[in-house]
Amino acid sequence: MKIVACIKRVPTTEAQAKVAGDGKSLDTAGWQYMASFYDEIAVEEALKTKEKLGGDVTIVTLGPSEASKEVREFLARGADNGVILKDADPAARDPRSTAKALAAKVKAIGADLVFVGRVATDRDNAAVGAMLATYLDYACVTEVIALDISGSSGVAKRETEHGVETVEFTLPAVVTCNKGLNEPRRASLKGIMAVKTKPIAEEAFESTANQALVTKVELPAARKAGRILGEGAAAVPALIEALRNEARVL
Amino acid sequence: MSQTIVFVEHHNGTARAASAQCIGAALSAGHGVIAVISGSGAEQAAATLGKVGVTKAIVLTGAPNHSPDAIARDIAKVVADNDAKAFFAAATSTGKDIAPRVAALLDSTLFSDVTGLSTEGGSLTVVRPWLAGKAIATLSSSAPVFCATTRLNVFAAQSADKSCEVVKMAAGSGGKAVVTSVAAKATEKLDVKEAPVVVSGGRGMKGPEHFHLIEELAAAFGSAATGASRAVVDAGWRPHGEQVGQTGKTVSPGLYIAVGISGAIQHLAGMRTAKVIVAINKDANAPIFKVADYGIVGDAFEIVPALTAAVKAAKKH
Ligand SMILES: Cc1cc2nc3c(=O)[nH]c(=O)nc-3n(C[C@H](O)[C@H](O)[C@H](O)COP(=O)(O)OP(=O)(O)OC[C@H]3O[C@@H](n4cnc5c(N)ncnc54)[C@H](O)[C@@H]3O)c2cc1C
Ligand SMILES: Nc1ncnc2c1ncn2[C@@H]1O[C@H](COP(=O)(O)O)[C@@H](O)[C@H]1O
Repeated sequence: MKIVACIKRVPTTEAQAKVAGDGKSLDTAGWQYMASFYDEIAVEEALKTKEKLGGDVTIVTLGPSEASKEVREFLARGADNGVILKDADPAARDPRSTAKALAAKVKAIGADLVFVGRVATDRDNAAVGAMLATYLDYACVTEVIALDISGSSGVAKRETEHGVETVEFTLPAVVTCNKGLNEPRRASLKGIMAVKTKPIAEEAFESTANQALVTKVELPAARKAGRILGEGAAAVPALIEALRNEARVL
Repeated sequence: MSQTIVFVEHHNGTARAASAQCIGAALSAGHGVIAVISGSGAEQAAATLGKVGVTKAIVLTGAPNHSPDAIARDIAKVVADNDAKAFFAAATSTGKDIAPRVAALLDSTLFSDVTGLSTEGGSLTVVRPWLAGKAIATLSSSAPVFCATTRLNVFAAQSADKSCEVVKMAAGSGGKAVVTSVAAKATEKLDVKEAPVVVSGGRGMKGPEHFHLIEELAAAFGSAATGASRAVVDAGWRPHGEQVGQTGKTVSPGLYIAVGISGAIQHLAGMRTAKVIVAINKDANAPIFKVADYGIVGDAFEIVPALTAAVKAAKKH
């Protein structure tokens, strides 16, 4: 089984937003980076699938050379290969352009299964997985919390507002991974040592121009300073009064 | 007038609130709306869409099971047949599942979770959060079809008295992914994303056995959902679906009550756009008070039951 896990290098969730001088992008000074939270889950599911069904796992990221740090971490956890599709600023790429570039790579690899995150926590698109699948004409299940692959088909569960859906699908497929699907492992010291000098291929790719054009970036309006109404249960009547007559939400 | 195709979800014979809001967003941009609706009860729901301003609905018929890829192909066909220049869906799990597929079929990018929409010189611009709302971007599009999902509880549904023409279309077959069953929630509990009131509990609740206090407060409001911080979801006290924050759900309810939640940056990212925020925390210096409109300092175990009783009493008058 040829398995791909797509990961995106994003700022850590502690990163504070500051608008850059051009007014159309964010000032990244001082930011630290990580693989997007859900991509950890995607990689874990790829590794579990390999352990169950055999095959190999390739980590694919479209991003800067610095993403080799995150890719190497996943190699240390047990992925077989890593590829960087070189792009200085992956956050600036719209989901269509990203999906097209990833689709070309997945096709070249000939993957049967592609694991991606539910959403990348930089631009919050939650779109690349299903777009990638559509461009490839693969099946796709999004926001998966349980997965069982056997032979050339699979059964997944996804949580919706109205309950848990059971979805049957055929391979090849793209699965977008949600929290709850698994608990990502840590790399062992042995794993870390083994991949320390492993080469990670950096490749150029055919870039599609963005259709989404940023005209302005702002910080959200600061919330108006609130009031502490008091201490303990004695403050409850004041809260009821405020919710009813001031905020008008009761 | 250019047409926007809107994918409409429904329940009990009427459009879901999220879809009615999405229709409202399209109408407010000055577009005519053609609704696409499917599943059992779709025809009945389609007939009621005049009340939210829709004058034409296309009902997909004959599909035994919901398949997101099959529906996406049908919607893309409706877009092409009507030469529509925009496609919208609500940013629900179903909408977010289908919209990127429709966008890719139309070779158009997708604007997810938009919180603002405007028409300038005939073309649309959207506002959408980045980094879970730490920044707000305004974007325009050069895509052949403007595809977007609309954030819940941001746009207003219209209340109209139009009549909606209902047209049937045979649903396409050959879905590669098919929903074979849905385990409905035990109770008709609202999801945090849709509820007008959200009551969330954090580590200050001390253990899963105390979350009945959170549930009871939510129940006192009537139309409310329960939420949680990541700390308590990770501890297994609450289900993943309740997690609010940067790696959980982003919510914009009319009222958000945070109980025993410190207000970490990742939690704030998920709830700071709530219209009114109330915090209950025993630590007067907890960061949650910096974003709260109203705060009570003290022990949740004393305050929450008193608040529940007071809300119940207030609801009676
Ligand atoms: C990559 C990453 C992603 C993350 N994503 C999210 C996310 O999506 N959502 C999220 O919520 N967090 C997220 N976090 C975690 C976040 O950083 C915090 O750790 C978490 O929100 C803390 O949860 P808490 O407020 O319940 O717990 P704590 O920070 O432990 O706060 C508990 C609060 O309860 C108060 N308290 C204690 N006892 C009482 C009492 N009896 N009565 C009243 N108050 C009481 C305390 O004063 C304290 O303020 C993420 C972290 C990382 C690193
Ligand atoms: N630049 C990228 N490189 C590799 N994978 C990506 C990239 N962007 C998005 N993805 C994958 O698609 C998922 C969803 O991203 P998004 O649609 O941008 O929220 C991510 O969790 C990744 O698995």
